[in-house]
Amino acid sequence: MVVAILLLLVAVASVLFHLYSPWWWTPIASNWSYIDHTINLTFWITGAVFCAVIAFMAYCVLRFHHTEGRRAHYNPENKKLEWWLSIGTAIGVVAMLAPGLIVWHQFVTVPADATDVEVVGQQWMWSYRLPGKDGRLGTSDARLISSDNPLGLNPNDPNGQDDIVVQNEDLHLPVGKPVKVLLRSIDVLHDFYVPEFRAKMDMIPGSVTYYWLTPTRTGTFDVLCAELCGAAHAQMRSKVVVEEEKEYHAWLDKQHTFAALSGQRNVAKAAYKTGSE
Amino acid sequence: MVDIPFDQVAGIPPAEVAEVELYHPHSWWTRYVFSQDAKVIAVQYSITAMSIGMVALVLSWMMRLQLGFPGTFSFIDANQYLQFITMHGMIMVIYLLTALFLGGFGNYLIPLMVGARDMVFPYVNMLSYWVYLLAVLVLAATFFVPGGPTGAGWTLYPPQAILSGTPGQDWGIVLMLASLILFIIGFTMGGLNYVVTVLQARTRGMTLMRMPLTVWGIFTATVMALLAFPALFVASVMLLLDRLLGTSFFMPTLVEMGQLTKYGGGSPILFQHLFWFFGHPEVYIVALPAFGIISDLISTHARKNIFGYRMMVWAIVAIGALSFVVWAHHMYVSGMHPYFGFFFATTTLIIAIPTAIKVYNWVLTLWRGDIHLTVPMLFALGFIVTFVNGGLTGLFLGNVVVDVPLSDTMFVVAHFHMVMGIAPIMAVFGGIYHWYPKVTGRMLNDALGRFHFWVTFIGAYAVFFPMHYLGLLGMPRRYHDIGETTFVPASAHDLNAFMSVAALIVGFAQLVFLFNLVWSLFKGKEAGGNPWGATSLEWQTPETPPGHGNWGKELPVVYRWAYDYSVPGAARDFIPQNEPPAKVLAQGAHP
Repeated sequence: MVVAILLLLVAVASVLFHLYSPWWWTPIASNWSYIDHTINLTFWITGAVFCAVIAFMAYCVLRFHHTEGRRAHYNPENKKLEWWLSIGTAIGVVAMLAPGLIVWHQFVTVPADATDVEVVGQQWMWSYRLPGKDGRLGTSDARLISSDNPLGLNPNDPNGQDDIVVQNEDLHLPVGKPVKVLLRSIDVLHDFYVPEFRAKMDMIPGSVTYYWLTPTRTGTFDVLCAELCGAAHAQMRSKVVVEEEKEYHAWLDKQHTFAALSGQRNVAKAAYKTGSE
Repeated sequence: MVDIPFDQVAGIPPAEVAEVELYHPHSWWTRYVFSQDAKVIAVQYSITAMSIGMVALVLSWMMRLQLGFPGTFSFIDANQYLQFITMHGMIMVIYLLTALFLGGFGNYLIPLMVGARDMVFPYVNMLSYWVYLLAVLVLAATFFVPGGPTGAGWTLYPPQAILSGTPGQDWGIVLMLASLILFIIGFTMGGLNYVVTVLQARTRGMTLMRMPLTVWGIFTATVMALLAFPALFVASVMLLLDRLLGTSFFMPTLVEMGQLTKYGGGSPILFQHLFWFFGHPEVYIVALPAFGIISDLISTHARKNIFGYRMMVWAIVAIGALSFVVWAHHMYVSGMHPYFGFFFATTTLIIAIPTAIKVYNWVLTLWRGDIHLTVPMLFALGFIVTFVNGGLTGLFLGNVVVDVPLSDTMFVVAHFHMVMGIAPIMAVFGGIYHWYPKVTGRMLNDALGRFHFWVTFIGAYAVFFPMHYLGLLGMPRRYHDIGETTFVPASAHDLNAFMSVAALIVGFAQLVFLFNLVWSLFKGKEAGGNPWGATSLEWQTPETPPGHGNWGKELPVVYRWAYDYSVPGAARDFIPQNEPPAKVLAQGAHP
């Protein structure tokens, strides 16, 4: 009796916690509400199965608890029942998998009009690079990294000269425009993670990974690293500011291009040299 | 059981060493220390595994103290937190659960349950334990070397695992990899033994389809481990070469602390593929023995045959096979080719079907049973609740697009603790309460056992069920302190504190269990040979605890499957596997 009630309580408490606890996902800020819907669907199906199994177990414990003279039923197999249960399970699995795969197809299909944005991870800070007027990012190579060129951009690539480099500062994005986030790391694995965007992907030194999204509301959102990257993993933070087109362009105009930055450094170097002489 | 005729014993010759040929110990040393008796080796494995497991338990307290009350304890910093999670995970998964299920339960139960005198290669079996002990000692040594143990996370992902931004880069990671290599060598020696013993040393009449599901679970898990561990072995060797000799198997051109390294051309994702080709089967290497043990506990203590035995066997085999084609579901956001997601999500969700069948058959075994709520039965019920819970959240993480927001958050931590932490530990405890009387001849204390069960079950559920919701909220894993954010409300910190208190209480309940193990050894109630009225062969030994060679002069002959409980017409509510049909009929004549 007590055992049956406690088992039922576990199921009831779990459902109540799910319905009434204040801990739930953050209000979404991207086009990936499909993902939220798929999670909700999965919650409904798995929740029903969980409650059914526990309730049946509690019933058995209550009803078939040992008493003097009780004898168990001898029933080795019931092929029909086992087949029906397997088929029912298969239907439930398909009901979750099919929408999941459809949404995954959208997730990996980048729209043609998406703008490139590069995110570069390194221990333990974030940098960003946006294409200039030509709409194209220049090439990069880890071997080119130096204190003058911390992102390893190719100085001989004409496409890269007008790239806008945002180092260790917030990234700004225009609301409502699809972006393809190109992810690059120069040391270890990182993961560009904005909880409100729902999307995330690891960054791997030696390759460029990506995902795409369309920011759907303005605001300032936390950027965290979601792949263990060493001692200061938890402190590797930044922010993404999603804003209206006009404000975005105002911010963009204040940023520096790769050419300007390397020019400044060369001037600074030259000034230092002449000064010391 | 209509389809398995109980009177057919021909066809299986006893491929077994005769009693006289056994190597009998001649001294205290060869009897208790360098023993070749599988039962002694089993106890050695279990004690070693539980000892190092206690270390991992203490580490989990440290982690929970830090998460529940960040900044309060000056002796835990970011580096140490990473070292704690790494060592906790590695110890629990490999050095505790794998060693305990296969080295502990496997060694004790396989020869007894299939009616053999011992493992077929007793000397190799002894070596297996000593190499395992060496692996544990090397692992434990990392706590005392300069720089401490590695803090790379139990997945040991390069490049960070061997670079200077990660704690334990000097000695910790090297010893960790050396210890894993030793563990795999030791396991292989034991594993070959378990497989060959099941295939070659079964007694007369013990067909494969008459074996208890515990043997099926351990056997299948061992075959899987023999196929999966080599992937970890080569990954460990390659990573060790990258670390010590400067090879670049897993290391592309990269920068370390602002300096360009000499590495170049390697692939970090290759390590992940090798790791998870081992790592996913590893989940089932831990789960399948638990499935088997739970099946036997439920059947014995509900006095009812396991429902759908053949389906249960095929489900174990199917899960074992499928688990080799799902590994990349751990890598949906690793940056591998996104189209892999379609394949691995499909295979992963297919595995839910045989797994669900097992759950249905357990609860259908309870149905119309004669349920004795003994301590092993309570743990079996606790296993079903936590396993169903953790299995169902696996359907979230296995479904590729749902995994994207949830991966690397506390949801993952909650999921795998529920499904391969709490659930298998429930099976371990249930198994220990069930077989302790056979191992020692005495019962474990019942009241302490019930206390241990309820605190562990409710407490662990209270730790890990709410944790899923922190993950939904977006709280990442492997953070010693979430710090300043805009999306984590203050109430989440209260929840963390609550979970930490629950975890500490669960931890202390394990001390009660350890006390019970020692106390009952001397003061426990005398058990007799078959206290639960069980059918399988280990309960039919002439002596309890069984002597060296298990069976005295003659090996048992098996006439039936292991689940003849409450057979209509039989006098008792169980018929041992080795009871001849004539005797059953004679007894059945008296209603």
